[in-house]
Amino acid sequence: MAGEVPIEQLADDMFQVVSDSAGQKKLKAKDLTKAVIAKYGDKISKDDTKAAIRLLIDSGRCVYGYFGGSSIELPHTEGSANE
Amino acid sequence: MSDELKTPLLDELEKGPWPSFITDLKSMADRPMVRDLLGQLEKSYRDKQGYWKHGGLVGIMGYGGGVIGRYSAIPDQFPGVSHFHTVRVNQPSGWFYTSEALNEIMDIWDEHGSGLTNMHGSTGDMVLLGTTTKELEPIFRALTAKDWDLGGSGSDLRTPSCCIGPARCENACYDTLALTYNITHKYQDELHRPMFNYKYKIKMSGCPNDCTAAMARSDMAIIGIWKDDIQIDQSAIAEYVDAGFNIQEYVIEKCPTKCITLEGKELKIDDSDCVKCVHCINVLPKALSPGKERGAAIALGGKAPIVDGALFATLIVPFIEIDEENGFEEVHDLLERIWEFWDEHGMNRERIGEFIERVTLKTFLEGIGVEPMPQQITQPRDNPYIFYEEYFEEETE
Repeated sequence: MAGEVPIEQLADDMFQVVSDSAGQKKLKAKDLTKAVIAKYGDKISKDDTKAAIRLLIDSGRCVYGYFGGSSIELPHTEGSANE
Repeated sequence: MSDELKTPLLDELEKGPWPSFITDLKSMADRPMVRDLLGQLEKSYRDKQGYWKHGGLVGIMGYGGGVIGRYSAIPDQFPGVSHFHTVRVNQPSGWFYTSEALNEIMDIWDEHGSGLTNMHGSTGDMVLLGTTTKELEPIFRALTAKDWDLGGSGSDLRTPSCCIGPARCENACYDTLALTYNITHKYQDELHRPMFNYKYKIKMSGCPNDCTAAMARSDMAIIGIWKDDIQIDQSAIAEYVDAGFNIQEYVIEKCPTKCITLEGKELKIDDSDCVKCVHCINVLPKALSPGKERGAAIALGGKAPIVDGALFATLIVPFIEIDEENGFEEVHDLLERIWEFWDEHGMNRERIGEFIERVTLKTFLEGIGVEPMPQQITQPRDNPYIFYEEYFEEETE
């Protein structure tokens, strides 16, 4: 049943996925959603994953990036940024 | 301008009869950001290359869209444009503003940005050009304090936009302003938090004149249409004839399906053959108007030539009720089915039009639960090797 996993737990799991991919692959919101659905199956809903991404971003642990398409990344100073 | 900044190449753009953006920029060149913008632009023209760097991470806390990052690649030469980010502000439906509202925006922009704007962008937002990273949060706070919000950018729902609709147009077959307002509010998450494969633009036009050019410029075109007969005021037709207006040449001969005839001073339309191009209504506005049974047609897949080539939208739903009293539920329901199927099976950076081409219209229609209809056919098939499920069933039997 959806809603069985706390949103904080999903956000933690997503953060781990982003951390593991940092510097190797830019992940989209859909990648994070698929990762936690693969782990928890029908114990969570898409609305749960949306809420988890919101928590992840609003907490500042991850940020949105854009290079062609949008991605969710660890906060960092990008190479193109001027002082 | 002082004598120090010479822009002989940009000066060429001030020649000729049309207003020049260079003249406008020069009038503001006492600001360092604008002055260095002119300098960098002149250098770009001279060297035949651009000097902008993409900034993909700058933005507002919690938002994944609304700010487009740009840095100068030569900040030592032009420090004023070392940062030159663009801010997109969600425009009101139909672009109706009071002068007070515009002053409000410009005061904020003068304080926190370059003061330059090129209202409006092709998606529809107000586009405020040129600010620094440290000013982004203060701009956002100032805008939201006045009830403004950022628009979309990146792989999200782009700011929905519409024509002026029933506010100032007699041809509007539904309230484009209300639907735009409704979709903007309902899908705030989709607008500010990129969650799609790529961008998704929705444009609403009140009639087939399509004043937002939705068919060519949006992933989802919601075009006002009617089901019944064109309304004819025969007395107004008689006035056109009496005034010497050549209905035969300007209307009848230009009808694409030749479904109009004039008998004496009486105009007749065979509505079963009408393709609703609205040419006759445009030319005879006092005599003709859209039918009474009004709604919208929905076409998907229009886009500009980024990544793959440009596409014109494909008709998916010939008629849908646009019911404000029902909270536009029919539109929401269809929209969410489209997003769900595209989200599940679409590829990274694949627009909905490209997705439909890849998976085929047949598969797409099945995926979103829309019945195939003759109106969805854009051209006769040229491949004879098509096998229908019925044939397989017969063979099996």
